[in-house]
Formats: sequence, structure tokens, C-alpha cells
Amino acid sequence: MDLMAINLAYGIEKLLLIGGIITVSLIVAMYTTYAERKVAAWMQDRRGPNRAGPFGLLQPAADGLKLFFKEEIIPLTSNKTLFVLGPALAMITAMLTSAVIPWGSSINIFGRDVSLQIADVNIGILYVFGVVSMGVYGIMIGGWSSNNKFSLIAAVRGASQIISYELAMGLSLIALLMMTGSLSLKTIVQQQMEGGWNIIYQPLGFLIFLICVFAECNRTPFDLPEAENELNFGYHQEYSSMKLGLYLFAEYVNMFISSAVVSTLFFGGYDIPFVDEAALSLSLGANTVALLGFGALFAKILFFLFLFIWVRWTIPRFRYDQLMDLGWKKLIPLALANMLITAVVILWLNK
Amino acid sequence: MASLTNRAKVLEQKPMSFMERLYLPAIFKGMAITFSHMFKKKATIHYPEEKRPFSPVFRGLHVLNRDEEGRENCTACGLCAVACPAEAITMEAAERKTSEEHLYREEKYAAKYEINMLRCIFCGLCEEACPKDAIYMSETFAPSNFTRKGFIYSKDELLIPNPVNDKENYDIAKGLREAQLKNK
Repeated sequence: MDLMAINLAYGIEKLLLIGGIITVSLIVAMYTTYAERKVAAWMQDRRGPNRAGPFGLLQPAADGLKLFFKEEIIPLTSNKTLFVLGPALAMITAMLTSAVIPWGSSINIFGRDVSLQIADVNIGILYVFGVVSMGVYGIMIGGWSSNNKFSLIAAVRGASQIISYELAMGLSLIALLMMTGSLSLKTIVQQQMEGGWNIIYQPLGFLIFLICVFAECNRTPFDLPEAENELNFGYHQEYSSMKLGLYLFAEYVNMFISSAVVSTLFFGGYDIPFVDEAALSLSLGANTVALLGFGALFAKILFFLFLFIWVRWTIPRFRYDQLMDLGWKKLIPLALANMLITAVVILWLNK
Repeated sequence: MASLTNRAKVLEQKPMSFMERLYLPAIFKGMAITFSHMFKKKATIHYPEEKRPFSPVFRGLHVLNRDEEGRENCTACGLCAVACPAEAITMEAAERKTSEEHLYREEKYAAKYEINMLRCIFCGLCEEACPKDAIYMSETFAPSNFTRKGFIYSKDELLIPNPVNDKENYDIAKGLREAQLKNK
């Protein structure tokens, strides 16, 4: 009976956590669209949306409502099942990654330690990789089932781009994993809390990882799958109404989750910089410190979201051959070199 | 070949240096530029709340004038229609009856007076041609409309509010004009 009670509480706790994280990522994604338009406007000496609500804060809600009320069109010649599956898959894979990210240390509620991580899997990073690569299916299926040449080209482009950059991304992370010796994201964060952030030891790895994250998220300068001037709209050209909305939204959810992964891997996750958490929790209480840690992670995520937007409105798109050139001829050798150097230094230090 | 002018520049196409091939310095430079633009003064004017002042010589929609007793100035002489290069003005004259002396200043008046705002080029020649100070151009521009018919302004749309019956609106319409003339 006791076991049942514990399991029930555990289930409720996880369900609440999942609900909370999904809500937070959706709201953040909503307001990233707003931030994108605002920051873009400011960088171009404009003012951005400011009509809906104070400072235009209701703009994302208005956009969402508009998308919901639009007529939904499924092209006659499209493959209907896959056509519907595409955006759903894009959204699901975008959300799935959030399961292994530690959003904070544990909080004590009613005498129970509630971990702010949905699942502390010991293969955390591998899981992230697996799910992120699934994201390309959303693009592939959507582009292919639209039965439109532009969409198909965009889908093929997207697939080849993501495969190319995933290699460099994996290689850059191997160097990191050699240092941490663990695939669990929670362990990686805890190591960073004690021994300093990974960005200090792996600046090159971070740079490669960041570039690859941009490519994986299909953000400018790597937004070839949706290059407007070449492919009209790319893989989501035939989509309308909320199916289009899901594609666009998945991009922002992806950005949010990727920012969270980057902050967790290289910027100490929920570690508050220049503060000893253990000492602070004695004076403020563990719960407050856990919440502060969540705040610190959130601040880091917001910075990376801003970086995404900032880069988008600064750098023009790569040409396709430049993209492949950068991926295969520059980033992969660099990542390999980084890996080798890290291995040599680790061996040398152990001696 | 000798160049025709001394302004010709020889384009040097050297291979890119290592720093240039890295791209990253250039990217950071670009990002610094875009970041600095975030804090620059915006050129936008919040239109409905904030309006840009017109120039003192702005020529907007036409107004048909009345004198202080509220009588129409126009005598339908047709000089404005003759002066109009776009042929936007048409009118029909009529003779004032004895009971209408409070309505029209002189014996002849315009029974019908129309300006086609789609033809009008807002040159202001009608204003200059008018010997009776009956037509002048205000500081408002023609609002949008759904039909072409809506742009043909009839006399009651052009006439200034009556200073006797509708003093308030007359002052508003007049005030703009007088402030404008003072500035000249």
C-alpha cells in the first residue's frame, strides 16, 4: 500500500513537471516570435509590433488566433496521412528533447524531494541526439508529401544539411564527453558546478557545437530548407492554417530547447555563476536556491535565444555549396582535431 | 587602354588572408554593428497618435469660403475651372433671388460646384485664380474611398462650416488656415 502511494505521488509529480515544462516551452516559443520581430525591428531602426496590447505584447496571441481561424487546405495530390503527420512530428520531436534537460536541482515539497528533471537518463546526450535527428523527419515527410517540387527540394536540402552537421556536432561533443566521462546531463551540470563551466575547457568545441545547433534548427545563416527567394517557402509551402503554425512554432520550440542544451552542456546549466550553491542553500534554504538556479538557467537560455535572433538579422544565408563546404571540409576536421587534442591533454594530465 | 576619366579604380583580387577566411572576425564585426543599431533613434512616427506637421505651403483638400455673415463667396465666374490644368472643376451658375441675400454674397452664385479629387493634382492654381477669395486649399488630404464616385466632392462637402450657425467648426476650419498664413 505504501509503495502504491509513493508511486502515485511520483506519477503526479512527473505529470505536473511535464505539463509545466511543455507550457513553459510553448509560452517561451510564443514570445520568441514576438522577440524576433521586435529585435529585428530594432536592429533595422524600426519599432516592431506595438499595436496589439501594451508594447504589442498580445501580438503572438493574435498571430496564433489568426492561424487557427485560417482555412485548412490539404492539396488533392498530396499524401494525406503523411501530410498531417509532418507538422505533428516536427512539433513532437521539438518537445521531446526537454525530457532529459535538468531544469534545476531538486525542490522539497511536503517532505518529498522533487527533481526538476523529467527523466535523469544515463544516456541523456545520446537521447538528445536521437530525438534531434528525428526532427528532420518532420521536414522530410512534410516536404515529400506536399507533392510539390519546391517542397521536395527543400526537404532534401534540409535532410542533407542536418545529416552533415550532425557529424560535426557529435564529434565536438565527444571531446566534451571525454572530459566529463558521463552522458547524463545532470552529472555534467554537477561537474560544472564544482569544476567550472565547460566553455572554459572546450571553447572550440563550443563554437563548433553552436554552429551545428544553428544548422540543426534551420536558422539563418543555415535556413536553406526555407529559403524564400530560391524555394518560395520551402518544405511548408503547401501548408496552411495551424499545420503551418505548428511548423513555424516547432522552429521556435527547437530554438528554446537547443538553447537549453547549449547552456546545460557548456554554461553550467542551473549553476548560478560566482556563487557557492551549498553555502547559499544554508542561509536561504534549498528551495529558494533551486528556484534561483532555474532562474539562472532561464537567463542563459534567454541569452542564447537572443543570440539566435541576433545572428539571424546580421548574417545572410549561405549558398548551398558553401554550406556543405563548411560542414564537411571545415567543421568535421576541426572537430576531429579538437577531439584529438582533448584526448592528448587528458592523457598527459593523468600521467 | 587609357581610361576616359581619372576616377577608374583598379580592382585588386587577392586571395583572402587567413583572418578573412576564418569569417568569424567579420561576423563579430557585423554583429556589433547590428547590436549598436538597436539603440539608435528610430525614424518611425506613431501615425494616428502622432502627426507630422505639414509645411506652411501645403496644398490639401479644397474649401469653399464664406464671409463673416456666413454668405458664400463664390460667384461661379469659372476662373478656377479655366485655370485648372487637370480639368477637375465643374460648376453651374445661378442667379440669386431676393430672399436669398443671406446665403450668397453677390447676385450670381454656384448652384452646383464639383471637384473631382481623382483628377485634381493639388497644384493650387484655382486658389490663385479666384478673384473672390472663395476657394482655398486646406491642410487635410482626401481620405480614401471605396468608389470613384466618392471622390467627386460636391458643394456641401467643400463648403466651410457656417460662421453664424456653426461657429465652433468654422473656427477650427479657419484657425488652421490663419495660423498658416501668419507663419508665411
